[in-house]
Amino acid sequence: MSSQDIPEENLPAEQDEHGAVSVADEKNPFADPGLPPHEHRVQDIDERAAKRSERMVALLFTVSMLATVGFIASYVAIPHDKAIYVFPIGHINALNFALGLTLGLALFAIGAGAVHWARTLMSDVEIADERHPVEASPEVKAKVMDDFRAGAKESALGRRKLIRNTMFGALALFPLSGVMLLRDLGPLPGTKLRHTMWSKGKLLVNMNTNEPLRASDVSVGSLTFAKPEGLEEKDENFQTEIAKAALMIVRIQPDNIKDKRELEWSHEGIVAYSKICTHVGCPISLYEQQTHHVLCPCHQSTFDLSDGARVIFGPAGHALPQLRIGVNDEGYLEALGDFEEPVGPAFWERG
Amino acid sequence: MSTNDTTATRRGKAPAGERVADWADGRLGIYSLAKTNMRKIFPDHWSFMLGEVCLYSFIIIILTGVYLTLFFHPSMNEVEYHGSYIPLQGQMMSEAFNSTMHISFDVRGGLLIRQIHHWAALIFLAGMFVHMMRVFFTGAFRKPREVNWLFGFLLLVLGMFTGFTGYSLPDDLLSGTGVRFMEGAILSVPIVGTYLSMFLFGGEFPGGDFVARFYSIHILLLPGIMLGLLVGHLILVFYHKHTQFAGPGRTNNNVVGMPLLPVYMAKAGGFFFLVFGVIAAIAAIASINPIWAMGPYRPDMVSTGAQPDWYMGFSEGLIRVMPGWEINLWGHTLVLGVFIPLVIFPLVLVAIAVYPFVEAWVTGDRREHHILDRPRNAPTRTAFGAAWVSWYFVLMIGGGNDLWATHFHLSINAITWFVRVGFFVVPVLVFIATKRMCLGLQRRDKDKVLHGRESGIIKRLPHGEFIEVHEPLSQDALHTLTAHEQYKPLEIGPTTDDNGVERKVKGSEKLRAKLSEAYFGEESQIAKPTVEEYKEITSGHGHH
Amino acid sequence: MAALVVLLLALACTGGLYAAFAPASKAQADETAQSLAIDEGKKLFSVGCASCHGTGGQGTSDGPSLVGVGSAAVDFQVGTGRMPAQQPGAQVPRKKVVYTQAEIDQLAAYISSLGAGPSVPTKAQYGPEGADIAKGGELFRTNCAQCHNFTGKGGALTHGKFAPDLEGVDPKHIYEAMQTGPQNMPSFPDTTLSEQNKKDIIAYLHAVNGDDTESPGGLELGGLGPVSEGLFAWIFGLGALIAVAVWVAARTAKAKKS
Repeated sequence: MSSQDIPEENLPAEQDEHGAVSVADEKNPFADPGLPPHEHRVQDIDERAAKRSERMVALLFTVSMLATVGFIASYVAIPHDKAIYVFPIGHINALNFALGLTLGLALFAIGAGAVHWARTLMSDVEIADERHPVEASPEVKAKVMDDFRAGAKESALGRRKLIRNTMFGALALFPLSGVMLLRDLGPLPGTKLRHTMWSKGKLLVNMNTNEPLRASDVSVGSLTFAKPEGLEEKDENFQTEIAKAALMIVRIQPDNIKDKRELEWSHEGIVAYSKICTHVGCPISLYEQQTHHVLCPCHQSTFDLSDGARVIFGPAGHALPQLRIGVNDEGYLEALGDFEEPVGPAFWERG
Repeated sequence: MSTNDTTATRRGKAPAGERVADWADGRLGIYSLAKTNMRKIFPDHWSFMLGEVCLYSFIIIILTGVYLTLFFHPSMNEVEYHGSYIPLQGQMMSEAFNSTMHISFDVRGGLLIRQIHHWAALIFLAGMFVHMMRVFFTGAFRKPREVNWLFGFLLLVLGMFTGFTGYSLPDDLLSGTGVRFMEGAILSVPIVGTYLSMFLFGGEFPGGDFVARFYSIHILLLPGIMLGLLVGHLILVFYHKHTQFAGPGRTNNNVVGMPLLPVYMAKAGGFFFLVFGVIAAIAAIASINPIWAMGPYRPDMVSTGAQPDWYMGFSEGLIRVMPGWEINLWGHTLVLGVFIPLVIFPLVLVAIAVYPFVEAWVTGDRREHHILDRPRNAPTRTAFGAAWVSWYFVLMIGGGNDLWATHFHLSINAITWFVRVGFFVVPVLVFIATKRMCLGLQRRDKDKVLHGRESGIIKRLPHGEFIEVHEPLSQDALHTLTAHEQYKPLEIGPTTDDNGVERKVKGSEKLRAKLSEAYFGEESQIAKPTVEEYKEITSGHGHH
Repeated sequence: MAALVVLLLALACTGGLYAAFAPASKAQADETAQSLAIDEGKKLFSVGCASCHGTGGQGTSDGPSLVGVGSAAVDFQVGTGRMPAQQPGAQVPRKKVVYTQAEIDQLAAYISSLGAGPSVPTKAQYGPEGADIAKGGELFRTNCAQCHNFTGKGGALTHGKFAPDLEGVDPKHIYEAMQTGPQNMPSFPDTTLSEQNKKDIIAYLHAVNGDDTESPGGLELGGLGPVSEGLFAWIFGLGALIAVAVWVAARTAKAKKS
């Protein structure tokens, strides 16, 4: 919808052309009186004041030079690991502080000098500059349209449709090569997000001690983190594996576990849940041992570990996956398989 | 040839500077360029310097960023730390983190440059935000500056993403958590999310590629585009000439101020050093992003208070307060709890970006505007802008809900609920309140024009009445307070023509008439004092 | 609620007064000293604690059972001023300590006589000797940072509960907190977080959140991450630049008309 169908009288009246200085009179008491006359600054009429300004500007530029010398001296003289106490900032790195302040002062003084110079010594007579419409005049427009028509006609793009169509086809297709080249940015998802390192018989290794956990190690109210046996921090794929396999282990009095499956998958109240939040994957582990709630520090999804880790608050969409655990002959906690559902954030193929 | 003769005769006399300029002019045509630009006029107002804050902090970011690339290794290979920071000795970390530690502790001045870079980035984005608000509330986005508004808007959005990719590069525990969030958000995209995530990270999260990929995006792709937009933005500012506030001698057809040479050369040039100086001093005094305290990223570790830098705070708020909706159908999962915030995130920004076009459509005004509006004289626009800002800040509260909880002893759940409700309610309340305030201020302006300024002098009249003496305004003030334009609301007009044939009124036309009424109806603006009102009152005052 | 507060305060004061006049027992044989301490502790307990925790420490609806919590729990709760509690709320905060260390030891002796539990650690257990700070950092980020923030500045939990700031907390109390899991904090018993692990964590915390911890870059801004940095950038960064811009753009003062 164009604006042409808006009646002219709805638009406010145009302002005076060229800002002509008009005199307020009976007819127009609000008339524009024009630019006020220029008033002098002290520096314009008093040479001593102007001299003071000049000295001030020169002083600022000198301060800048001294500060730069200070910067170089600090760089050379202050050891890079020296700490000093500066009130009220605290114990800070001396070199960083000295370099930053001298650099800041050197730059600020240049700027302050230039601005003071402009404000006090350069002319402050206001000048009016005319504006011209951005739109071209009708003659210019007509000329351009003619040129364009002539050019378009000479190219015969409209007449020779075969050329036009094949050209558009070629131009539209060639970017596909670029798209194809992006294919090897990464592998296809496959079922990667569905599996973790956990499998039947894998021992639960304590993150803190790097030793397998015994059932007797885990007491009610405690919180322990575990990784699968065989995953070491120096392994090449450690980061990617731990991003899925990290476990959070708590022990809840079996009577307090409300969810039947949770109890079944636990070992005498020891439950192992994925540490990776089902919202967007933060390692969730703010465990409140009295309420059995666990909170995510990133977006505050809250899960009830005594009730199948169902979501009780926040943006997560489903419960934390539980790992089914048991105890082997030697009393060590072991996994009884992989997670039955994908860990971490939900995705389209999750189902 | 005569031209050669003149050059030959002048070669001996002209000063060196002029000869260099002649040389350049013969090849680049600099004299014609300088003719219009050397004494270009810039109006004086502090709020016109906000754009310069952004320009200069951007330059500072580029300068310091180049320095940082000399030392930073964009690699995720795991190495053991053996630098000078004791509490991380022997820890496994990526080379990216290791080299950032090296910059911070073992390169002299490296920490300072890192801090200048990061502080300048925060100030750059804050500056762009405030600059955009200045342009919005004064109506500087109107014709012919709509394209420049869009350039500025794109700069803000690209600045946000450049900042986010930069924040992710050191691969510390905080930024890694942010990247993990990004992965989760990408995974929530229906149908293609899993593929996008695999392609971005080169496989499963975190993989070994994202730092190198973010690096080229952060230092080349996005800043390159921004640099192009920035140059275009500045060319347009020069071409359109700066807007100005109404005042004596200031019209829509002129620009009043100081010339580029020498005053603005000194002021704007000096302002660059002032901005750089202030940011350098801040970097000397205040620590930013102390990655050594956060430690290297590991996907099984996290710290509470995990937030992005401030400019991503509103998106963090969206994601935090969203209820956890998730739909499972036919073996597929629609992760609305993450995907809806992901969709609203750009919409929040687009809402303000498209406003100029909505307003232009409602007013139907196709003239050029170079005189700025005082916010009170455009109540609906001002109210919309204030509502948008409040919306943005409500979301920021949501993004920092854990710190609000600990610092104001509140329940994090209560804050989340406040934001959930506030997301819908606060902008409406702010809209209504702002509009009323604008109208109040318009009434006050009208009173001032008609009755003069309250002088504070109390006079007792012969019959005992006390009155306050009102001084008439100067001609300058009278003009300034009545210089703004007022639109009349659009009317649809008769729906039947002279022959009684019914004309079809389009839905869009009806909507426009409604909006126009909301903008310019009697309840949305106070009519300017007319000449008749003024004369009646001033002649009435004469009796005293 | 006010009545309850007054009552608790009164109880606390009475306990304190009583303790002040109670005879100290020092030069006695160990066993007698122990049993005497238990007796004294029991007296203190019945005055200051029994109203909530029951006369035998078996717990009531107002306070949990203390059987088997061990002396470490008593030393932590009373030694940090959390107990006696003043008012009900989401969480009992740290506050001024009401009892002397001698009284706390007596209370602890009495409670540990009710049932075996973790005992107060010795200086050798939480002292800095032989601690690996870097390992402590890794353990801290695995086990503690999720609630207490990466350098122990504290953080929010659900419904107004919070993980407190660890600055200035006695290493002994940190050790005890890990051992016993006070209030909603889970415990980290020696079986899953070894004594050496705990020592490492305490040493790390001292290094990054102690009185003389260096913040190389300058003001720490609370050590809270990007939120406080953003506020600083807006208020002081942009604020200073706008102040400068006002100066740059302002008119120079005109000469006074003579």
